[in-house]
Amino acid sequence: MELNLLTIDAARSAIQERKTTSMALVESFYARIQKEDSAIGAYLTLTRERALEQADRIDRLAAEGKPLPPLGGVPVGIKDVMCTRGVRTTAGSKILENFIPPHDCTAVARLEAAGAVVLGKLNCDEFAMGSSNENSAFHPVRNPRDLSRVPGGSSGGSAAAVAADMAVVTLGSDTGGSIRQPASFCGVVGLMPTYGRVSRYGLIAFASSLDHIGPLAKNVKDTASVLRTIAGRDPMDSTSADVPVPDYVAEIDKPVSGLKIGMAEEYFGDGLDAEVRKAVEDAIQSLAKLGCDVVPVSLPHTEYAIPTYYIVATAEASSNLARFDGVRYGYRAKNARTLAEMYRRSRDEGFGAEVKRRIMLGTYALSAGYYDAYYLKAQKVRALLTQDFDGAFRKVDAIVTPTSPTAAFQLGEKANDPLAMYLADIYTVTADLAGIPGISIPCGQTREKLPADWLADSW
Amino acid sequence: MVTTPESSVAARAKYEPVIGLEVHVQLLTETKIFCSCSTRFGAPPNTNVCPVCLGMPGVLPVLNRRAVEFAVLAAMALNCRIHETSIFARKNYFYPDLPKGYQISQYDKPLAEFGWIELKQNIGKKIGITRIHLEEDAGKSLHEGFADATEKTAIDLNRTGVPLIEIVSEPDISTPEEAYEYLTLLKEIILYTGVSDCNMEEGSLRCDANISVRPRGQKEFGTKTEIKNVNSFRFVREALEYEIGRQIEVVESGGKITQETRLYNANEGKTYGMRSKEQAHDYRYFPEPDLLPLVVDEKWKAEIAKQLPELPEARRARLVKDYGITAYDAGVLTFSKELADQFEAAAQAAKNPKRVANLVQGELMGRLKSRNLEIGDSPITMQGVAMSADLVESGAISGKMLKDLYDLSFERGKDFGAVYEEEGRPVQSSDTSTLEKIINDLIAANPKQVEQYRAGKKTMIGFFVGQVMKASKGQANPQVVNELLVRKLEG
Ligand SMILES: [Zn+2]
Repeated sequence: MELNLLTIDAARSAIQERKTTSMALVESFYARIQKEDSAIGAYLTLTRERALEQADRIDRLAAEGKPLPPLGGVPVGIKDVMCTRGVRTTAGSKILENFIPPHDCTAVARLEAAGAVVLGKLNCDEFAMGSSNENSAFHPVRNPRDLSRVPGGSSGGSAAAVAADMAVVTLGSDTGGSIRQPASFCGVVGLMPTYGRVSRYGLIAFASSLDHIGPLAKNVKDTASVLRTIAGRDPMDSTSADVPVPDYVAEIDKPVSGLKIGMAEEYFGDGLDAEVRKAVEDAIQSLAKLGCDVVPVSLPHTEYAIPTYYIVATAEASSNLARFDGVRYGYRAKNARTLAEMYRRSRDEGFGAEVKRRIMLGTYALSAGYYDAYYLKAQKVRALLTQDFDGAFRKVDAIVTPTSPTAAFQLGEKANDPLAMYLADIYTVTADLAGIPGISIPCGQTREKLPADWLADSW
Repeated sequence: MVTTPESSVAARAKYEPVIGLEVHVQLLTETKIFCSCSTRFGAPPNTNVCPVCLGMPGVLPVLNRRAVEFAVLAAMALNCRIHETSIFARKNYFYPDLPKGYQISQYDKPLAEFGWIELKQNIGKKIGITRIHLEEDAGKSLHEGFADATEKTAIDLNRTGVPLIEIVSEPDISTPEEAYEYLTLLKEIILYTGVSDCNMEEGSLRCDANISVRPRGQKEFGTKTEIKNVNSFRFVREALEYEIGRQIEVVESGGKITQETRLYNANEGKTYGMRSKEQAHDYRYFPEPDLLPLVVDEKWKAEIAKQLPELPEARRARLVKDYGITAYDAGVLTFSKELADQFEAAAQAAKNPKRVANLVQGELMGRLKSRNLEIGDSPITMQGVAMSADLVESGAISGKMLKDLYDLSFERGKDFGAVYEEEGRPVQSSDTSTLEKIINDLIAANPKQVEQYRAGKKTMIGFFVGQVMKASKGQANPQVVNELLVRKLEG
């Protein structure tokens, strides 16, 4: 039995049936991490003690012959933007390099309550800002499929850990494509649920109205299984929706025949790599062969999505990141003589270049005299984008698009060109802005691998 | 010492002050507005805190419904229109006692608008209330009271997240006296609703004043200054008085008012401008994405309205009706909810409620005022007043005796009942033989007055009653004296 290749159900059954133990599984994953991760850099912190404690609990259940919970003994990795009580949580930033939260992220707590074993905290772009994982304050993550390439971002560590068999499933966060784009770059499944489906409590906020927690896994079923575990109303998050959680795992065996699939020309325009286009078009053909109705849909405001996104996201970020001021926790500049100097230097020294760029953009967008022209205007365009999707989903059940215009690019290729980097999110930000769910499912390979994105109506 | 700049009376008369007040009131909820920490005042620093009010990464606010209900109650009591939907907004600024780097407040869509308070001194004048919104309090920066306080500032975040309402008035206030009255009435109304204790010393009521002057008749407002850090209504009045004089002096001497925040120094009775660096704020308000719009629908509003107690104005009207007292008496008795409650309890237990009202107003309030005491500090309780009223009513003691007993109560700091016992339950004299002797002596000593009475000047009886009372040292029963006198004089 290849322990590192097990799916959720296989891992749980193997432990339940005493073919292996949760402890053995955990050790095998740590061995794998030990061997592979120095080249990849997916993990920032390993939580061995916490993992072994949980594994022991699961093994005792199994030994007593009691039924294991749905994720019993399943080794998982957590993007380091989700707080873990007593475990260093950095958000990929120097400003939180030594920060140990007193509280747990709801999604993490729910995974652990369902028996999952947290192996460690995963590398990411600083405060989830980036599309290549090169913005981590600690070290970049490399794509396990080709170490010269980026894994995508910002949940690069989450995608790479799954792709390199260093976790069965992981949690990532998606604000403009940060789950789906790295999933596509690394050839794994990445799901961004509907806004409000999964509690954001304990997720270090980048842009509150756009932040989502979601799973990355090797297959759709494991993705569904994790979503079923973490979804649902949380009294600690006022924006989490009080909508019943269906059994996603049971749903995925339903045939796709008869589904109406939308194809939006706005997602197949200039800038789309030819190989990517071919793979996605082939996938759509396959769906048609399986009995799906392929229907053209129009999403006319798509071209405004990137500027809209970068105004809303940076505006919210400028406010969300104000709490990192060196007063109560986190990095504080040494020997500051005045309060203003302490603020300025702590933040200047603690934040990386991209984070500071976005804080400045966002501060500007909210400033007196600019608010109406930027933030308010962006909110109006956001409403139009949402209307586009509302209209499309009156005609179709799902829309298939490429996740990213290209496959994984080289490390350093776009690092000094923020605008080119921003355009890597061109097909993903729309779903974040509209609050609809999106899933990236591998559908082919270029030289490396390849991406397709499904967008579906809420819930 | 209040030192008003020497602007002449003539110069003052040319200008009209325009004043608006912003009042922050802490709501008396058990827990904070966005987390479940206690709001108890006076706990050791940083003990009423949790990840949410500490502004830890990733935490989210959850609105306390009780805070909303309290805010709605206050808004209803102040005649506001409650908006069905209001929006929380972030007010962004850096300060060490503001953990998130922003305060959750309300901005362009507040909870309530369009309220008013009617003044009494200037009958019929209404001061408009522009808006009432909900927000969270910040923490406190401490500069003393701990080790190495000379080098460090300490932060106490117990107060962070305590619910506040901000009540913003229209610039309808024309004098410092009106400002004082507005604040007094506002506090009275809030106290009646029970949503705050309005304790200025503990900071549960805070006031900032916006003030400008303009030549009488001019429509446009002058440049305003904002006076902060004023911690009593009296100081608000003094600060405004000073600031009006200062502004008139500046304008009269051809200068321009600088729009700025000024602090009031109560010891000097002066306001001082803050360094401009400390006040150029762009708060970059935007809708709080972590909270849904606040919806107070008709159903909830109706439920809240049921909790609205009788307000001062309505109570005054009812007191007039129920106790047959004058509107003026009712006004005195509803000075505070506490007093009115005590009064009603005592009056209902007494034989003649009207007499209780008269005693409170005629005997008690004056004594309190002359000694600078609040009603809460009165040695004589309302029960004491009721007891004394019954004693007078039954004829056991005279009015003069009651006055003396009240004085003794205040001297000894004891309630009426205790002093009455200490004095051996004195009874006014109704012993006719003693009185008859006094009266006979009087008649003999004042033949002229007796003649006048007998000639028809019946009012002369007052002279005799007074003399008898004096001779009996106030202990005679006036009614008995009266009867005896009539009999003797007529006979
Ligand atoms: Zn708290």
